[in-house]
Amino acid sequence: MEIPYTVEARPDTGLYNAKVGIWLFLASEVMLFGGLFSAFVLLRVGAEPGTWPHGWQNIVLGTINTIVLALSAITTLMAWVACKVRDFGKFKFFHACTLLLALTFLCIKFVEYSEHLNHYEITLANGDIYDGDMVSNDPTQDHVVIRGRKDQILKNGEPDLYDLRAQKDIPESEITIPRSQISQMDNYGPWHNNYLALYYTLTGLHAMHILGGSIVIGYLWGPGRKLWKKDPERFTNRVEVSGLFWHFVDLVWIFLFPVLYLT
Amino acid sequence: MSEPHTAPVASAPQSHDHPVEFNSYVRRCAIVLGVVFVAVGLMIWTSYIPEARLDWSPKIAIILLIASCNAFIVAGFLMHLISERKMVYTILGFTVTFVIGLFALTLYAMSDFPLHTITR
Repeated sequence: MEIPYTVEARPDTGLYNAKVGIWLFLASEVMLFGGLFSAFVLLRVGAEPGTWPHGWQNIVLGTINTIVLALSAITTLMAWVACKVRDFGKFKFFHACTLLLALTFLCIKFVEYSEHLNHYEITLANGDIYDGDMVSNDPTQDHVVIRGRKDQILKNGEPDLYDLRAQKDIPESEITIPRSQISQMDNYGPWHNNYLALYYTLTGLHAMHILGGSIVIGYLWGPGRKLWKKDPERFTNRVEVSGLFWHFVDLVWIFLFPVLYLT
Repeated sequence: MSEPHTAPVASAPQSHDHPVEFNSYVRRCAIVLGVVFVAVGLMIWTSYIPEARLDWSPKIAIILLIASCNAFIVAGFLMHLISERKMVYTILGFTVTFVIGLFALTLYAMSDFPLHTITR
């Protein structure tokens, strides 16, 4: 039995069925990310003044990723346009570009995660706090070495770790800390504080969407392209539906970037 | 259940039901990309304005406003939302309603303390 409305529009909706399906799916995705964004707002507004991290993200890498994702949205659209004008060569080119850009995005995200996971906050028994990138953490040695700085305590008694952008001019040096003096050593993983928990949840979920979208685009570029010979219009509709998902992923990043990197 | 083949068409044809011109899309994409670059630059510039000149709350509001304009351009032109069918707008209308409800609940929860709670 033939599946109805894969190419022609269903008269009562005016759309082919897959398009209605993807919009309903995107609506559910809006609620998913909306829930996480509202959690962010709740925790951000409820945080004590001066305790919410500021400037913890690498804005250069975030900006590059924003541009990469914007470019990939363009190449996805152009792949669909190429299908519409029946130029399969251009479709292959633009979708290959999209895949490469998606891979670039994920690689940059991996670099960012690695930077965070290698960044430590070390509290000593006497209350001093050191903050920096781990240089050496050999369990056979009786000390650890970080490249960073000793944290200043502000007038209100809080450590100044939370506004790292304001501290960027403070010189960093290699610091050796004996293990016997360490009372707590914690890297910047999702367990570190609410901000990082939300950062990893939001960006991790977003990265999973990038991965999922890449698999679909990769399928259409690879084995799925057989449909082009049989039914080019249906194939074009598949490209459009995958493109709508990709644009949604781009839209989510448009909000993630300022919320997590700039505010 | 009514026969779908006899049901009326929901709205006017979409713009992309018309013949697609490759070059016009290249121009459209270049404009959208330019707008996105400018918007990103503006957001970053705004975020670096010192607190003494622009307080935290209006700064975030401005940045999110720029992000919303950016999102509108992407959704409108790349996802063809400016010329979609009524069905899509209906789905999005429901979505927006639920999202507003979600954020309203969040805001409500901020001041929803059990009786006799002491807050600073």
